[in-house]
Amino acid sequence: MRREKEAPWSGILVYVQCRRGELHPCSPELIGEALRLAEQSKEEVWVLGIGSGMEKVQKELQGYPVSRIFLYETDDLFLPGWYASLAAGCIRETRPSVVLIGGTLEGRALAPRLSVEFRTGLTADCTALAMDPDGNLIQTRPAFGGNVMASIVTEKSRPQFATVRPGVMEPVPRGKGFSPVCFVKSVFSEEKTVKITIREDETKGVAIGDCRLLVAAGRGVKKKEDLEMLYHLAEILGGELACSRALVEKGWMPPERQIGISGNSVRPECLITFGISGTVQFMAGMRQAKRIIAVNSDPEARIFQIAHHPICGDLYEIVPELIQSVEKEAGYQSGGV
Amino acid sequence: MRIAVCMKQVPGVSEGSMDPRTGVLIRTGLSAVTNLYDRSALEAALRIKEQQGGGIHVFTMGPGKAEEVLREAYAMGADHGYLISDRAFGGADVLATSYTLMQAIRSAGEYDLIVCGRQTTDGDTAQTGSALAAWLGWQQLNWVTRLEVKEDQILAVCRMEEGTAEVTAPLPCVAMVERESFIPRMPSLKLKMKGRKMPVTVISLQELEDAVPEHYGLKGSATRVKKIFAPKGAERKELVYKSGVEGAAYILELLKDTGQETGI
Repeated sequence: MRREKEAPWSGILVYVQCRRGELHPCSPELIGEALRLAEQSKEEVWVLGIGSGMEKVQKELQGYPVSRIFLYETDDLFLPGWYASLAAGCIRETRPSVVLIGGTLEGRALAPRLSVEFRTGLTADCTALAMDPDGNLIQTRPAFGGNVMASIVTEKSRPQFATVRPGVMEPVPRGKGFSPVCFVKSVFSEEKTVKITIREDETKGVAIGDCRLLVAAGRGVKKKEDLEMLYHLAEILGGELACSRALVEKGWMPPERQIGISGNSVRPECLITFGISGTVQFMAGMRQAKRIIAVNSDPEARIFQIAHHPICGDLYEIVPELIQSVEKEAGYQSGGV
Repeated sequence: MRIAVCMKQVPGVSEGSMDPRTGVLIRTGLSAVTNLYDRSALEAALRIKEQQGGGIHVFTMGPGKAEEVLREAYAMGADHGYLISDRAFGGADVLATSYTLMQAIRSAGEYDLIVCGRQTTDGDTAQTGSALAAWLGWQQLNWVTRLEVKEDQILAVCRMEEGTAEVTAPLPCVAMVERESFIPRMPSLKLKMKGRKMPVTVISLQELEDAVPEHYGLKGSATRVKKIFAPKGAERKELVYKSGVEGAAYILELLKDTGQETGI
């Protein structure tokens, strides 16, 4: 076998999810984190996008201070095997030391295929990243349901793959005067063995992961009917109602509204919990919320350990009062919206 | 129709500990249960078997105690169980685990379909199934909410960022199923009794095509846990006691302070 002397692995490649010209909202976050890491390691930052509508994507990427952009115009919907083969081709050519991928449904399906392709390490759902002097990416993530944090390294192989959930890293704003070099390629999978169609009639379910404000209900709610006032509170605050596992098990709330390790990870600007004691599983799914206001009648409730504003009180007293004052504040007629 | 299902034994409570030196999970002294997501994987396989016939083989990797997973699978209706167990397999990350699973499944024969749960409750990465598909060079279906087999095709409904997708893929493939859509059946008493006597096949390193110990376990892993530490934010905020009116006023002030886009 012919073996040329290969360039060392260097640079940080950011995989951005693109669909019909739209960049996934977590893209500026990943680019921002890559730039921060590159400052430590003095490396270049590149962007790789695979999907459709690349002409528009190219415009959307203008203004980010990255060195190069590689875009593959291809089949409209995500096919793990095909997208992985395109991404692998780009990685083989560019030889980045680090590849950052969004912890989305697409990213989490794609990343494992790439890590196997390159026989290298992948760390899921990193909450903090740093570079050591040897160019090793220090990947920190919660372990064991969030009881401990683990710092993980991929020392002996490259690239180092990491996924990061949306909402975790600080986004970088677009600036003026940056025009990265952009390479666009059109490639379509020849074999259409996998066919995908999106159901048009489907009404999208609630995505509590995308909400900036969440109200969450737990075991402290005594009857199913009492959830009405919490749904109402969430609505007038412009948010959604979420819950702990207990209420899903009772059949009072659907699983897509459940926060926790067995439900959804959420990172809202603000989370107000009512009657939630805070199991480990629950807290692992909301620890990243920017501001946690917790109301519970038990002063020993575990959630008070992590809440920014722990309040010992009765939800049945506080919620009706809160609804009234919010409505008054918003200029609503009392009693009706 | 030959279906393989991957199942894992995990700590009963998510309060496991790690050896601070090696970063390897300490399993001793913890109650162990079958990963609840994997019971849904078996449920999905059982539903296909009910329509198509065929056999379901369950693969679990772990210490001898992990045989309990196979007994539980028998009680739900699995036909045969493989315990992938060897000292050399310990301390594996996603790369090494998925490689071990691939080797073990291949050593057991040919399969049309492999079903995995979406994630485990201990590792919580949701990566192993996709990595297994990559080793095999098979197509993969992620976030599956419906799974059917028609002739040599798989018809699935999958969650995607764009919404719900109907996917048709050729067999063989690896499907990773969502728990809510495949609520596992209760184990039957009859099967449970029968399952106690059913044999289990142990797959150790020497049964694998690639029997090089360095390709497995801690040595075959690409990632290493460098350190573990307590999460930040351990310093506790002062608890305030509030009545209804006070509590409402207090929260309202906090919300105003948070400000942006909350509609207040």
